[in-house]
Amino acid sequence: MWKTLTNGILKENPTLRLVLGTCPTLAVTTMAENAIGMGAAATFVLIGSNLVISMLRKVIPDKIRIPAYITVIAGFVTVVQMIVKAFAPEIDAQLGIYLPLITVNCIILARAEMFASKNTVLASVLDAVGMGIGFTAAMLAMGCIREFFGNGTIFGMALTQGHIEPMLIMILPPGGFFVFGVLIALANKITGKPVTNTGCSACGARDFCGQAQKDACAAEKKEEAK
Amino acid sequence: MTRVLPIIVAAILTNNFVLSKFLGICPFLGVSKKLNTSVGMSAAVTFVMVLATAVTWPIQTYLLDPYGLGYMQTIVFILIIAVLVQMVEMVLKKYIPPLYSALGIYLPLITTNCAVLGVTILNIDEGYTFVEALFNSFAAGVGFLMAMVMFTGVRSKIADADIPKSLQGLPITLIAASITALTMLGFAGLADGLFGGM
Repeated sequence: MWKTLTNGILKENPTLRLVLGTCPTLAVTTMAENAIGMGAAATFVLIGSNLVISMLRKVIPDKIRIPAYITVIAGFVTVVQMIVKAFAPEIDAQLGIYLPLITVNCIILARAEMFASKNTVLASVLDAVGMGIGFTAAMLAMGCIREFFGNGTIFGMALTQGHIEPMLIMILPPGGFFVFGVLIALANKITGKPVTNTGCSACGARDFCGQAQKDACAAEKKEEAK
Repeated sequence: MTRVLPIIVAAILTNNFVLSKFLGICPFLGVSKKLNTSVGMSAAVTFVMVLATAVTWPIQTYLLDPYGLGYMQTIVFILIIAVLVQMVEMVLKKYIPPLYSALGIYLPLITTNCAVLGVTILNIDEGYTFVEALFNSFAAGVGFLMAMVMFTGVRSKIADADIPKSLQGLPITLIAASITALTMLGFAGLADGLFGGM
């Protein structure tokens, strides 16, 4: 049980090891505070959807499981949107469009498909908590790095302001790609197991995208085999 | 029409969906290895984006807003996109097989592509009219295509380079994407500069 929880934090960290949910990881990590807000919102949706989907795993017919999962996830996203709008309007303004886009975050759909649909309720919730923490931690690391170099602050606390001119580029889009690339390289170095799977094998939807598996992925595998 | 041109320039260059809004990163990193897959994926995305906007905009304006159902936006939009993708797949398969064989394999991947849901929601958030929304969706797709094609070129150069072990694969791809994104910064303020007086 302990393993289920820690699996998402280290061994299968959704951001740095499975490389899922890259869009919010890159987009909202301009400040450490945003990273926490996004992480908390995604974790809530992850726990809720894993809980409901694992409870319904014997009820949902196999053929329409993906639309069913998406509906459950979108429901929880709507709840989060309403809560954030009501209690933290400034976070809502910062996250903007990326809050409703949690619906299509591949981490959540991937966990529903790979874990919650095959495991007990308790295990699914633990998995969601672990994945959520892993996602938040990776985003927080990125947020701190980008905010520190790009703005000279961490959580709005001035650290190097007035001493070192901040590198604005770090909080602009190129900085996001760069820091993410360097973090993955670092994770590769530490674990000794590089993430080499780009392309179909890296896609969160690979297991349920039957069509792609037949054609596009098969073609890609053939290309790689050559 | 005066608002349409700035919208198009902004969606393609200054606020490029992939390189400055980070929408659709998965296909950007995933299927950008070969030029024909990049173009095929982008064409499918553009097609679904415009179609999704043509359906979601009227639903938001004439169904959700008048009845105070704005909070249902996320659920309604994602289900419309999912249904639409399925229908497009079936229609293409039955009636336009050549187009299906070109785009069909990318369609299932598009339901969970955040660029599509993103553009439909952005069109509502920005308060665009129906025509403006359609142009914005199309231009966003063109911007996606441009970023994909550019990046495919960059990646083909990486393939032959001698890269340190830890950086091989995804890390170097992301760093290359960072440099590609830098080029887009050059267009900052272009839409305002060109059309500021309009």
